[in-house]
Amino acid sequence: MARYIMVIDTRRCVGCMDCVVACKTENNIPEGYTRDWITETVRGKFPTTSLEIRTERCNHCANPPCVSCCPTGASHVHERGGVVLVNKEECIGCKACLAACPYDARYIHPDGYADKCTFCIHRVEKGQLPACVSVCPTRCMHFGDADDPSSEVSQLLASRPQHTLLPEAGTKPRIYYLT
Amino acid sequence: MIEFTNHRHNPLVDPAVHVWGWEIPVYLFLGGLVAGLMIIAGVRLLIMRPNARQALVCCTIGPLAGLVLLSLGMLALFLDLSHKFHVWRLYLAFEPTSPMSWGAWILLFVYPALLANALAHLPEAIPALAKRVPVLVTISDYILSRPRLVLGTGLANITIGVALGLYTGILLGTMGARPLWNSAVLGPLFLFSGLSTAAALLHGILVLTARDDELPEFADFLLSMVARWSGARPLDTRIAPTLAQADNSFLTIELGLLGLLLIGHLTSTAVHQEAAGLLLNGPYAAVFWVFVIGLGILIPLFLQHLELLHRIRHTIAPSLLVLCGGLVLRFVLVAAGQASHWSAALP
Repeated sequence: MARYIMVIDTRRCVGCMDCVVACKTENNIPEGYTRDWITETVRGKFPTTSLEIRTERCNHCANPPCVSCCPTGASHVHERGGVVLVNKEECIGCKACLAACPYDARYIHPDGYADKCTFCIHRVEKGQLPACVSVCPTRCMHFGDADDPSSEVSQLLASRPQHTLLPEAGTKPRIYYLT
Repeated sequence: MIEFTNHRHNPLVDPAVHVWGWEIPVYLFLGGLVAGLMIIAGVRLLIMRPNARQALVCCTIGPLAGLVLLSLGMLALFLDLSHKFHVWRLYLAFEPTSPMSWGAWILLFVYPALLANALAHLPEAIPALAKRVPVLVTISDYILSRPRLVLGTGLANITIGVALGLYTGILLGTMGARPLWNSAVLGPLFLFSGLSTAAALLHGILVLTARDDELPEFADFLLSMVARWSGARPLDTRIAPTLAQADNSFLTIELGLLGLLLIGHLTSTAVHQEAAGLLLNGPYAAVFWVFVIGLGILIPLFLQHLELLHRIRHTIAPSLLVLCGGLVLRFVLVAAGQASHWSAALP
């Protein structure tokens, strides 16, 4: 069974927000909301500072607290690739998943249901890449199956140092940032 | 030095998470209060001698008030939902890992248990209603003539009350993403806070209905109207000291549990220490120390202690303070919990 992950090279990301625009266009995200976003972290003291720019979204955790707290089963793990999804017909808008997510990756759609990144599963099922990955001008984003040792993402993880976000929260996130 | 910039701008999430407004604290308060009323009603029903005509405030007024309060709480919960017309989906699934799912199903059992407890002695409490609806007398006689049914009703109220009280705390306690809530102490804390507010409510009702008490004109008018309509007999006020004593015990345990909650956080990770700081010396400290600890716990403890020593007369003041303190506790914990975050530890 596939296990989809995303690998993002922070040395290539320039924070252009093409991924954000592509996601909004592909998934018809309402104005004022976003499924993915850019963060910038500056460390150190001048003149020895470093800057890390990251494109962030739902981490599609292997141990997703948003799924375990959902009272209706609307938040679930998709059988294909372990992608975390929301069934908007089953969502009651209780917002427990928003409170349970340490990455604050979810929001309440103006229609009332909880919404978030889907790894563009509708595109992936057709053999295409997620919209954000496909438009990245610096090719800093990579998507693929972590269970396939020959996949690009597996090889990147094997060859470069990386980190995940808030591993101490125990959610086992599946977006990796190459450093 | 670390400087962090986030370009996200989702409503309710940025710049700080505030997904739950006034509705959830009100629901948690009313849920805890009803849990306390159920436990007190269940215990009272079990220890009351058969045919004893006393303490109706615990076994009838309490459960009847509980039915109304729980309905108000569920209304608040419903108002909080953003996909309101899908609320029925709660009852199409049972998700064992979701405290909210447990709560939804527990709430279904609360109504019949409370109703059974109230109906057992209802004809004595409201004779006028029983005269108009004779089936109430039949139901009451049916329950009271069957000791096993009385035992079952009492135990059901205690069990479901404990489950309801614990669940209101566990609901928040399982949210690992919010360090302030992430403690197993929240369940017992909300249970004992609910018990103290329930004892305070019943104590307050007894004080208000005591005949030798000088009441404000509007309260006197309202009470006499209700009494005239229901044909109710005066409540037995002999239980008032017991309720005050019980309330003091619950308040003391609540104070101890709050201490344990803070000690647990202060001896944990940096983000948990930071979360505890929100209450101890942060933006929520003033409300927490003044309204929860001072006015909500310590002063009513002192006043009720003086009442029990017969230094002062029983008044409604401690009851009001405990009820307000219980409500503010939920508001503070829900708001401060949402303000606490793991992002302090972002790489």
